[in-house]
Amino acid sequence: MDALIEKLKGQIIEQLNLAEVKPADINPDAPLFGDGLGLDSIDALELIVLLEKHYGIKIQNPADGKKIFESVRTMAQFIKDQGKS
Amino acid sequence: MTLEVFTSYHNIISPLGFTTKENYSAILNNKLGVKPHRLGKLNEEFCLSVIDEQKINSASEKIKGASLFTKLEKLSILSICDVLDQSGISLRDPKTLLIYSTTKGNIDLLDSSVKHSFPNERTYLSVMANMIGKYFNAVNKPLVLSNACISGLLAIITAQRLIKARQYENILVCGGDLVTEFTTSGFKSFNALSQEPCKPFDAKRTGINLGEAVSTILITKNKLAPTSMQIVSGASANDANHISGPSRTGDGLFKAVSQTLEGNKIKIDTISAHGTATPYNDEMESIAFERAGLINVPVNSLKGYYGHTLGTAGVLETIISIEAASNNQLIRSAGFSEKGVTGNIQIIKEHQPIIPETYKPF
Amino acid sequence: MELNITSYCTIKNKIIFVNGKELSVPKQDVASYFFADAYKHLEINYPKFHKMDNLSKLGIIATEAALKGSDFLQRNSPESVAIILSNKASSLDTDRNYQNSINSKDNYLPSPATFVYTLPNIVIGEIAIKHKITGENAFFVSDGFDPQLLVNQAQISLNQPGTKAAICGWVDYDNGMADALIYLVEKASDSIKNINFNPLNETILTQFYK
Repeated sequence: MDALIEKLKGQIIEQLNLAEVKPADINPDAPLFGDGLGLDSIDALELIVLLEKHYGIKIQNPADGKKIFESVRTMAQFIKDQGKS
Repeated sequence: MTLEVFTSYHNIISPLGFTTKENYSAILNNKLGVKPHRLGKLNEEFCLSVIDEQKINSASEKIKGASLFTKLEKLSILSICDVLDQSGISLRDPKTLLIYSTTKGNIDLLDSSVKHSFPNERTYLSVMANMIGKYFNAVNKPLVLSNACISGLLAIITAQRLIKARQYENILVCGGDLVTEFTTSGFKSFNALSQEPCKPFDAKRTGINLGEAVSTILITKNKLAPTSMQIVSGASANDANHISGPSRTGDGLFKAVSQTLEGNKIKIDTISAHGTATPYNDEMESIAFERAGLINVPVNSLKGYYGHTLGTAGVLETIISIEAASNNQLIRSAGFSEKGVTGNIQIIKEHQPIIPETYKPF
Repeated sequence: MELNITSYCTIKNKIIFVNGKELSVPKQDVASYFFADAYKHLEINYPKFHKMDNLSKLGIIATEAALKGSDFLQRNSPESVAIILSNKASSLDTDRNYQNSINSKDNYLPSPATFVYTLPNIVIGEIAIKHKITGENAFFVSDGFDPQLLVNQAQISLNQPGTKAAICGWVDYDNGMADALIYLVEKASDSIKNINFNPLNETILTQFYK
């Protein structure tokens, strides 16, 4: 799980063009949206692209993203539950 | 003394026709430009308003050296040509300016899978506008505006102000944008595209349709055309909310509408709204119109006919509104059946004559 | 109407000049980006910055540098400030990136976070959002830096009843080259009489842009 979390951090940084953010700056339990990394609705769509690109997971209903993208940890858990880690 | 500024001759090229007259009569007959299309590598069909390629080619035969021009340049030349022919105005006159309004210009040239012989520099908006200007031997360099969805209206407001400031006597405002895989895939990635004809302000609206069109309107110091109308006022505002989403309370639009109405004792017969048929945009607009006290004014969106035509939307929709007003006509908001916004506004369900004196703001 | 430039920032070849003086921006490490170094040095402290495209980053850095040490936003309420910008390459730098994400059928993953920046006026939006500026705005595209266009449009905008001041200039990002001049425009008044300012005209703009 921890390895997956670290991998995800790197992928999030790459996918969202957060060039100046370092993986260590991201707390796996901090909220991704709102205060945390300051992500917004467009970034949520971008994270859906990330899941498809790296893990072959397709999210049909973007509303499902809300729970999945709560934090890096919830994202990792979701990937694991899908058996795609 | 402050000058009055007028609209005069105009043209629309869209799937509904190559002149304003053809477009207007298609609308009266409830014809829609939006139809299901499958574009490039997109694996789903979406409703898009696309101009028939063969019609463009045959219309372009009258352009000298047509092969030297891109699709958007050809359409723009045809549209401007029609307005120049109607008005007798020339771009060789130093008192005449061309303002070009576009969001993406020749963006189709970036697609490496499509073979073409145009140099890279034609993707620069000013280079494209200069090509169009050169065709008409324009003495003034075209002014290019690229301000997303408000480009077209901003170009008209800019023209009005430049004439008021006595810098020009005639300004041709031409707006143009194409339907491309670039914009279509992008709006799809926002989950904003509808597979059905779009339904602005409707309870069951499912997102936008994209549309391509080029339209031109001549703005003048003198009343030139039988259907000339005065441009009284216009304003824009930024809602400083989010780069891709409007303020939920319609702050920016409310400010722009209030500033436009301020100090102008005129009655408002109708509103042609942006009405993109996305959930947030239409909701926000309804709230802003209600806040501005425009609750009894009949409202339409023309997106149901043309889709969202981006940089030309404001020009095209102004022309249709002028044509409708000069025929004392309110235009049905295509795609609307049941109100799906919380703001108290009246959406036009059927074509009908303008009801006089419906609303007086003062 | 007499208009004045009360502060300005020029960015050329990765060198930042504020009111004509070069700003020495230390590199954080060998691999750090110019924009990241400038962001840190100017203490911008705005996490959204990192997600922006190059054009928006350039516009934000030049604007923040011009605003730093200026009381422009204290003197002028945000609803009365217009933003008028121009450039040559519109959003082509980001357009090309986005096009690359849809060019191949095998690697077809259009990026919404990239697409959202494929309009030149997004840089205006970013500046407006950061400072809650709600005045009118316009983005013009020209063959090159055009002082006549910029002076004229500022004059016209500041003639509107709702506009008291403006953030204006040139922000161009193309083929890795960042080129900007952002300046703050205010009407002559008692509140600026004690600060250094320059008249807004074509000669001054040409001089500042060099």
